[in-house]
Amino acid sequence: MFSLFASEAAIFVIFIVAYLFYAGKSVSGPTASVLHAPLFLTACLLSSSWTIHRAVAALRRGDVGSFARSWVATIVLGAVFLGGTALEWRHLIRDEGLTVRTNLFGTTYYSLVGLHAFHVTVGLIALATVALLTAGGHVKREHAERVDLLGLYWHFVDVVWIAVFLVVYVVGR
Amino acid sequence: MATTDVGWIDAEAKPRPLVDRLHAWVTTVDHKRLGILYVGYGLLFLVIGGIEATVMRLQLVRPHNGFVSPQVFNQMFTMHGTTMIFFVAMPMVFGFANYLVPLMIGARDMAFPRLNAFSFWLTAFSGLFLYFSFVGGYGLYGAGTAPDVGWFAYAPLTAKTFSPGHSTDYWTIALLVSGFGSIGTAINIIATIVSMRCPGMTLGKMPLLVWLNLVMAGLVILAVSPLTAAQIMLLVDRYLGGHFFDTQAGGSAVLWMHFFWVFGHPEVYVLVIPAFAFASEIIPVFSRKPLFGYPVMVAATVGIGFISMSVWAHHMFTIGMTSAGNTFFVLTTMLIAVPTGIKIFNWLATMWGGKIYFKAPMLFCIAFLFQFLIAGLTGVMQASAPFDWQLGNSYFVVAHFHYVIVGGILFCIFAAFYYWYPKVTGRMYSEALAKLHFWLFVIGFHLTFDSMHVPGLLGMPRRIYTYEPGRGWDTWNFLTTVGVVFQAVGVLAFAFNLVRSYFRGRPAGTDPWDAWTLEWSTTSPPPEYNYTSVPVVKSRRPLWDLKHPEDPDWKYE
Repeated sequence: MFSLFASEAAIFVIFIVAYLFYAGKSVSGPTASVLHAPLFLTACLLSSSWTIHRAVAALRRGDVGSFARSWVATIVLGAVFLGGTALEWRHLIRDEGLTVRTNLFGTTYYSLVGLHAFHVTVGLIALATVALLTAGGHVKREHAERVDLLGLYWHFVDVVWIAVFLVVYVVGR
Repeated sequence: MATTDVGWIDAEAKPRPLVDRLHAWVTTVDHKRLGILYVGYGLLFLVIGGIEATVMRLQLVRPHNGFVSPQVFNQMFTMHGTTMIFFVAMPMVFGFANYLVPLMIGARDMAFPRLNAFSFWLTAFSGLFLYFSFVGGYGLYGAGTAPDVGWFAYAPLTAKTFSPGHSTDYWTIALLVSGFGSIGTAINIIATIVSMRCPGMTLGKMPLLVWLNLVMAGLVILAVSPLTAAQIMLLVDRYLGGHFFDTQAGGSAVLWMHFFWVFGHPEVYVLVIPAFAFASEIIPVFSRKPLFGYPVMVAATVGIGFISMSVWAHHMFTIGMTSAGNTFFVLTTMLIAVPTGIKIFNWLATMWGGKIYFKAPMLFCIAFLFQFLIAGLTGVMQASAPFDWQLGNSYFVVAHFHYVIVGGILFCIFAAFYYWYPKVTGRMYSEALAKLHFWLFVIGFHLTFDSMHVPGLLGMPRRIYTYEPGRGWDTWNFLTTVGVVFQAVGVLAFAFNLVRSYFRGRPAGTDPWDAWTLEWSTTSPPPEYNYTSVPVVKSRRPLWDLKHPEDPDWKYE
């Protein structure tokens, strides 16, 4: 699992390098100044790390009910983040006229944030699968270790978001 | 006991129908079968890539030759490079790792058998996809739409403007998919080595091959992932109209070079470290001495792994970096010669004073030592930036890296084929045919690649489809092409030997080489579960301990 993270991290590093390399180099069109830091969404995503940690801890104790509640809370927080990103993109595309084609900023911004959003989506699908299995009563204490791996992935996606957030919304502006 | 015997004879008497056996191969998750599939697949593409090389050499045999058109020539060198790296060398390396690592650490399979199968089929289908470009798309109109942008596909050649149609898409998607396969296998190898070693096998007691494959897998993860990222960017450029590498919108062609070579240079070590691994297993056995300097070998390998991540821009001296950048990459590149040199001395010291048996695997390893040394020396020459400005993009560079890949890696792969053939098939190969293969290949190799250095020094650029007579290049190019004939006949002897010995070779027994690592303690070929009982080891040479209980290794380690 940690090998997978190393590989994923290398992919993100390349995208971040490209973003920083091209930061401020767009010849025309909107630039990074049109961005507003999505603090609320960031808070949602980061707190979902805490809920999933609680969920896994509950399952370790064998408390399936508490596990399910925290697990669903994680999914909701993740979905809010994804929906917020969608609204942000809608604003950028409709009001600011920024797309992948517009300029270098558009290309690098949508690629980097999009790559992260893709990972969130994959995570949400996996989380939802486990939620469905829980609803069917198939998730028990002995699955804590497997569920923990999914939690590890989710933590990783959150850590990557911290890096992306810093690069795009703090350093990049 | 008697009943078991009868059951076994029954199973032998009625071979299962062909469809059943094929089905078993396609659905297999056994690491040994997947290893054989990887290697067989690599062999198939070795022949295809070899044919492409032959086409190029026939075109260049004399000035103003008209054997193929410039367009086809471009496709040939692109497909040759891409095929040989991604669909020959990588599958071979992974195949051997798949087959040998679990056996050598006393495990019954890889850590994730199904991921293993999945990775193999990703690689397999991406290779087929790449070759589908010859007939797919607009291919049926004429010469095909095989990629023609060179194996490193420099921007902006790959932009939609300069590469319309789908030829570049075949290249980028094939590499993206095979990259996922490589990463999957690398994760699998690391997980297997970290968590499935048999009792007693501490990290310091692993066979060196296992150590080297661990480093190789780590490099795959750190090197192939950037390539994957770069391919995603290229796809964004080509399909969504992005500007990553679009120089007209401010994008940077140099950034692609950096991303490609961040992958490209460690990739060389991904391929050569397993070659080192084969040499490190074979040379001691045929010198009848334990490997000299095991801890130093491990340290040197890890050192190579680290340094190799910081040498990539020596492929880019000619694009005009800052002098600080040039100096840094000159120094790191020269630095990597140090651990590599340590290894060569260790192999020599292993042979020194040993009782050397000149069997085919050992012959290939000795040739490897000499050739790899020369390849390393021309590498150090080109590591100095001013020298590289003179020779960058010339046939000297082509000769140098073929010396590494053919003279180093391919020779070790041949050695590994002969060394482990008895284990995999249970039959001995024909030593006479193997020696014929060796000598033909050595002669052909040196004719081709020694000759290739000279026109490079005389100014012949790479990737030209023809040249003017009277520049002093003619004879050398002719000799280069003549060498191809020897190599081709050598490979035919090799293939014939593999097939013939499978049916006619004499039974090999469990341990034909009197070797020391665990794979030689199980039957040839090994059963599906590898070991009936999990082995316990006490030293780096567990079979030595078994054979010489009066003087075991663990007393000294």
